[in-house]
Amino acid sequence: MTEMVETLIYQRPDSLQMVHTHYCPGCTHGVAHRLIAEVLDEMDIRPITIGVAPVGCSVFAYNYFNVDFAEAAHGRAPAMATGLKRVSPDKIVFTYQGDGDLASIGAAEILHVAGRGENITTIFINNAIYGMTGGQMAPTTLPGQRTTSTPLGRDVEVHGMPLKMCEVLSQLDGSAYVVRRSLHDVPNIRRAKKAIRAAFEVQQQGLGFSMVELLSSCPTNWGLTPQESLDWIKDHMLPAFPLGDYKVHSALPGGRRDDVAADEG
Amino acid sequence: MTLELLEGNTAFAEAAVRAGCEAYFGYPITPQTEALEHMARRMPELGRVFLQAESEVAAINMVYGAACAGVRVMTSSSSPGVSLMMEGLSYIAGSEVPVVLVDVMRGGPGLGNIAPSQGDYNQMVKGGGHGDYRQIVLAPATVQELIDMTYEAFDLAEKYRCIMVVLTDGNLGQMMEPAELPPMQAVRSKADRPAWSLTGADGRRPNVISSIYIDPVIEETFNRKLMAKQAEIEANEVRFREFMLEDAEVAIVAFGTAGRIAQSAIRAARDEGIRVGLLRPVSLYPYPYARVAALAEQVRAILVVEMNGGQMVDDVRLAVQGRVPVEFYGRMGGVTPLPEEILDQIHRLRALQPAAR
Repeated sequence: MTEMVETLIYQRPDSLQMVHTHYCPGCTHGVAHRLIAEVLDEMDIRPITIGVAPVGCSVFAYNYFNVDFAEAAHGRAPAMATGLKRVSPDKIVFTYQGDGDLASIGAAEILHVAGRGENITTIFINNAIYGMTGGQMAPTTLPGQRTTSTPLGRDVEVHGMPLKMCEVLSQLDGSAYVVRRSLHDVPNIRRAKKAIRAAFEVQQQGLGFSMVELLSSCPTNWGLTPQESLDWIKDHMLPAFPLGDYKVHSALPGGRRDDVAADEG
Repeated sequence: MTLELLEGNTAFAEAAVRAGCEAYFGYPITPQTEALEHMARRMPELGRVFLQAESEVAAINMVYGAACAGVRVMTSSSSPGVSLMMEGLSYIAGSEVPVVLVDVMRGGPGLGNIAPSQGDYNQMVKGGGHGDYRQIVLAPATVQELIDMTYEAFDLAEKYRCIMVVLTDGNLGQMMEPAELPPMQAVRSKADRPAWSLTGADGRRPNVISSIYIDPVIEETFNRKLMAKQAEIEANEVRFREFMLEDAEVAIVAFGTAGRIAQSAIRAARDEGIRVGLLRPVSLYPYPYARVAALAEQVRAILVVEMNGGQMVDDVRLAVQGRVPVEFYGRMGGVTPLPEEILDQIHRLRALQPAAR
């Protein structure tokens, strides 16, 4: 009789708490949380990391991460993170923000952390809608997309075009690493994790502002099933928000650039 | 005692430096900009943090972040800028992190002007931001008091884990007069940051600083905790100054610059044989209600002088409860009253019939 040897290959990262989720079925916040937690574990920076949570569905992000956390006012996470990082430069500080938080009410704050080259990392969840308040138009809502505040679809003559934050922020000299990834399938999730790791490494090296935008789903407010939502990201969001590396600091190892080829291919 | 000729704005900024303030975040606005400029030079020189924010909205949230890290932190601004900080102040109150704010008031509403005013009494003393909270508000009348109150503000903010406001106006901010600066305190070492602060969950459970209590019953419990703290502040921190009140039959109640000008008017009235004195509330929250109530038992009438349309006068009337007439004299929009104007009011009050007891 041969002895069974069990090898544990998948478990909860130390950087995540053992708690139930409040996120809706099929929502990709959980995936994004886990990727960040895996990176914090793998880089062994969990004990020196401080997170700043936004307002929106991820307002309770601090319930899931096993790290110190502050809860910011809507859109102000980058300013709060600035205060934290400036008096604790030896810590790793990140913000976790949705599209309404980052690109609408907090547009000034995110623009200026990038402009200053603030040495923080931002994880930007773009699901093209306001989740927590029940499905209103976001600054990233697509033309024609129906929301509760654009019931006939986003009319660009009235509401203008979506804001593309990677495209905007990558233009600023203080940005060291600004990339867009997607969470709609496994290969893209793996690329997203690599990018999150690169962003935290940029902060560790003191190169400046780093941001990973993650195209994400909102089955509840899109009115789609979880699988339909992932398809909707692929079919509708990818064309509007092209994946890619919008800014990569010249001091970063060339290996990071392989991701670009993978995304473009 | 070594007196130097010091300008108010520069002096309070240096007092903060000497109180061990580790970080300053601000945005230029007249008439307090000299404070920001002083910090821009001094803080980096001492290896501390100075950052000019993109707005007062960002500045107060940077202050909020640094306060969460457990360091002594402050900002300063003037009326329109402080209005922009109200969101952040409410969050700070809801998170119980210690923060110091100096508000150098100017004429309003709106863009108003850059001249001295006391028009933001209600905003700063009664709350300002949303939700149930109060902040300690101290009102200096001299550059020396402005220095001393800013210096002490950090201790008070930390003692109660609350917002500590030094409420002054463009007169004191821009004025130069002899004053003495306090001794230099070292900044807190990283090892001494408070147990609640965000320093990384290294060998302990994570600390979370938040102002959200999604369950109304738990939010109410938190509100009650804030109320209990306020009761403690009201019991311990009431401050006021008196001038020639012992034999007064008429009293003036005025704070800050208005109180200082009233002193000149009182000297002139005394020369005419009029028995008038001054009660100058120094803590505007907690307000010296008991002292004002006691004053109503002594004098025939009370004159409230403010550089606004009548804001603190409501608190005086609340304390007096109709026992004696409470008259009001105010100049608004950035106009500072002259002693002669207040003397005319003293004459008017003296002619009032005694109140029925």
